[in-house]
Amino acid sequence: MTTVRVYVTLKPSLLDSAGRTVAGALQKLGFDELNEARIGKLIELKVRDYDEKRVKEMCDKLLANPVIEDYRLEVQPA
Amino acid sequence: MRVAILRFPGSNCDQDALYSLRDDIGVQAQYVWQDESSLSGYDAVWLPGGFSFGDYLRCGAMASRAPVMQEVRRFAAEGRPVIGVCNGFQVLCEAGLLPGALMANIGQKFLCQDVYVRSESNISIWTAGVHGVLKLPIAHGEGRYVADPETLERLEGSGRIAFRYVDGPGLVDGDQNPNGSMNAIAGVLNERGNVMGLMPHPERRTRALLGATDGLSIMNAFLALAV
Repeated sequence: MTTVRVYVTLKPSLLDSAGRTVAGALQKLGFDELNEARIGKLIELKVRDYDEKRVKEMCDKLLANPVIEDYRLEVQPA
Repeated sequence: MRVAILRFPGSNCDQDALYSLRDDIGVQAQYVWQDESSLSGYDAVWLPGGFSFGDYLRCGAMASRAPVMQEVRRFAAEGRPVIGVCNGFQVLCEAGLLPGALMANIGQKFLCQDVYVRSESNISIWTAGVHGVLKLPIAHGEGRYVADPETLERLEGSGRIAFRYVDGPGLVDGDQNPNGSMNAIAGVLNERGNVMGLMPHPERRTRALLGATDGLSIMNAFLALAV
């Protein structure tokens, strides 16, 4: 069994309204050094017979929307 | 004229659509469950509002991959009429039947209010009966339309902006684009004009009892299709 972490992030050009709200809250807490916060998703997959091509297919077919998101994979050491 | 109203787990405006189509517009309409693999016998497809599959992952993501959507793709490719309202619009974008995507409202709030929209398109049966400004309800958390600059330019240049949020009486500055949509887009069309998605709910404004009938100018398209 292999654990693969899929990080899905919004394309940099798009406004992240949730991230903006979080950044505002952090700034109100006194973290003046903060410029921006952007929120993405972490999806942890556990797969048998790991095949990068197949996992990318999962991302392209469902896990990420190429219109608004990018993704990257991180294979966890066994 | 028989309309298929698709149902996914979490659809919740399917009954609004049925009552409006059947009782106010006067066409036949039936629910079609998402597992169905055929739309034979239907003349139009309605994708209703709601929170299909709990909006998990992304709104519309799972519904757009449901078995019935394969058939909707075929239906649309034949030039036959498909309309998606609210979550239905999100599903059509996720399915790639319409360009762009719908993201969380700019103010991070779920918006349940009336909006004013205008159609600027003359390429579609869906907007053929729309003249002037309509006052319609919205009820969504993720209605901010986004698309890349080339897509926006293509939509703008080919009459594919089905609806745009506009100023209406009683609105103050900024209210006219409630969710922060690019170019204040409230609805778009596919290239042929047979597929439309929009965030406002025309089916909720087809009888005087519910306050107004501004939705009729869109919903009556079903009568034109029936001829």
